[in-house]
Parts: sequence; C-alpha cells; structure tokens
Amino acid sequence: MLEIIKQPWPWYIAGPLIGLTVPALLLLGNKHFGISANLRHICAACVPAKVPFFKYDWKKEVWNLLFVLGIIIGGAIAASWLQNPSAIELHPKLAEELAGYGITNYESLVPTELFSFQSLFTGRGFLIMVVGGFIVGFGTRYAGGCTSGHSIMGLSNLQWPSLVATISFMIGGFIMANFILPFIMTL
Amino acid sequence: MTENKTTISSFDTDHEVRALDTMCINESHLTHKWYHNIKYIIVGILFGIVFVKAEVISWFRIQEMFRLQSFHMFGVIGSAVAVGVLSVWLIKRYKLKTIYGEQIEFHPKKFNKGQIYGGLLFGLGWAMTGACPGPLFAQLGTGALAVIVTILSAVAGTWVYGYFRDRLPH
Repeated sequence: MLEIIKQPWPWYIAGPLIGLTVPALLLLGNKHFGISANLRHICAACVPAKVPFFKYDWKKEVWNLLFVLGIIIGGAIAASWLQNPSAIELHPKLAEELAGYGITNYESLVPTELFSFQSLFTGRGFLIMVVGGFIVGFGTRYAGGCTSGHSIMGLSNLQWPSLVATISFMIGGFIMANFILPFIMTL
Repeated sequence: MTENKTTISSFDTDHEVRALDTMCINESHLTHKWYHNIKYIIVGILFGIVFVKAEVISWFRIQEMFRLQSFHMFGVIGSAVAVGVLSVWLIKRYKLKTIYGEQIEFHPKKFNKGQIYGGLLFGLGWAMTGACPGPLFAQLGTGALAVIVTILSAVAGTWVYGYFRDRLPH
C-alpha cells in the first residue's frame, strides 16, 4: 500500500481530492477556500502601516493561516515519508530545453540550480525568486484571488469574474513560459 | 437617513473590508474557542500531501503545463473544479448547513479590471516561480528553504498592492 502511495498520484486522484477541499471548508465552518488571502492577512497582522486595505480584523481569518500552516506540515510529511524515490519524469522537449540552461537535476520538486540562496546572486535567480514572488503577491491581490480562490472556489461557485481571472492567469503564464522565461534563463 | 448609516454594525463594515477583492473569507458569524481551528490545520495537512504527491508543486510540471506538453495539470485543475462545482451545487440544492448548524453562505463576485490586469501579472509570476501561493508554502514544507525568499517577496508584493490600491485601475 505504502509503495502505491509513494508513486506520483495521477490527476484523476489528486484533482478530485483538491476539489473536495471546497465542500470540506464550507461544511466545517462556512469557510471559503483561498490561499493568497493569507499574504494579505500576514500584511494586516505584521505591517498594516495605516493602509486601509490592511485595516480589518485579520484574527477572524486565523483559520486560513492555520490552513496554510497545515499545508507546510503536509509538505514536510509527504517529503519525509511518502516521497517518490525516483526523479520526476519530464517531457523530452522540456528536458532538452532546460538542459540548454544548465538545468539537469530533477531530483527535487524545484530545480536546485534555480532555487537556492546562492542563486539569489545570479540575474535569473534574483528575477525568478524575488521579482517572480513579488508579482505573484501583487498580481493575486490585484486579481482578488489566485488559483485556489478564483480557479477552484470561484469557478465552483460559477462566478464569471473568476473565469476571466483564470483565463488571464493562463495567458500570463503562457506568455512568460514561452516568450520571456527563455530569455531570463540565459541571465 | 443619516441614522441608517450609523446603524450599520461594525461587523458588517468589517466584513466589507475583509471581503474587498477577496472571496476567500470566513463567512461564519459564530465565534469559537481557538482549538476549533485545529481542524483547518488537518485539512491543510491533507491538502499539502496531495499537492506534493500529485507533483502540483513541481516547478517542472508548471513549465510543462504552460508549454502544453502535458495534460497532468489541466487534468488536476479541471477535475478539482468539476468536484467543486458539484459540491457547491449539492450544498445549495439541499441547503446544507455547517457542522455547527449554520447556513452556508455564498456571495457573488463583482467584476473589475483588476481580475484582468492582476490576473495577467500573477500568470507571469506563476510561470516564473512555478508555483501559485499554495504550492509556495508546500514547497517550503518539503525542505526547499530558499522558497522563503519567494514567499516574503509575495508578501511584499501584496503590501505594495495594498498601498497603491486606490491609484490602480480597477
């Protein structure tokens, strides 16, 4: 059994389980699934600085911060005891493209050549980790949600603005991965 | 008429502020002791394990998705939405209540241009970092400690958005 669990889970197992988070949170306490809101709660809790956007009762959303704490713990449990022993299998075309940028290690879920403290001092490392992270935070709040809040919770509730947001996420990602990232990777 | 304005309870206005540009909020009107929140840690743990095991948090899988080289991520998101739609429909259809007996509430989301501008920006960042906010935390949990830099940058991005919010087109 454990051997089966250790294998990478197919989409038709993982997707429905992720979808079940929506009714689980609603039934447990009227909570609407969404993760990027936590970035706002962290701002409201730590550096509200009289900005009206951060002046609200963030303590009422502690459940969401604890949900994220759970995600961190879940990540640690999966990495410690349920990890797939073999490296990730990549599409050959992607492997070829990445090899061109010197990325050949697929042992970790994030490429160690890009995501490390040393890599922060390279052009591409700084852009991907610092600038990339910044626009993830800025963009999700500007859009009013991320993949969980809009693409899963919003679409589950058939909200068309969430569909607009989801299509925008995909267009942005498509442009970055195909047209801009190849340039960034050479820096 | 001014009296009406003053009778709006502080709770309602707080709800307005929290709901601002966010749909992921606590709709519950009940207050509980702190340990009632432990169940959300447990849901988070299960969710985090699925994230790792489905390789949803893999930078490589996100690159494949945006290059249309793999169906995996589309399958994950698509089937998650299908289950979510069905669940929400069932909850509304049978007027299901929470385990505390409270009516489950839904609020319509208003359209604003931020969903396009912000959405495009987030998409750019998503393909760079290979992670949306949830996976960022799961990556940290798997021991990719450098991701803390990305998370702190995301917090900074959120703060800068909040600061300039009134001057941005919505």
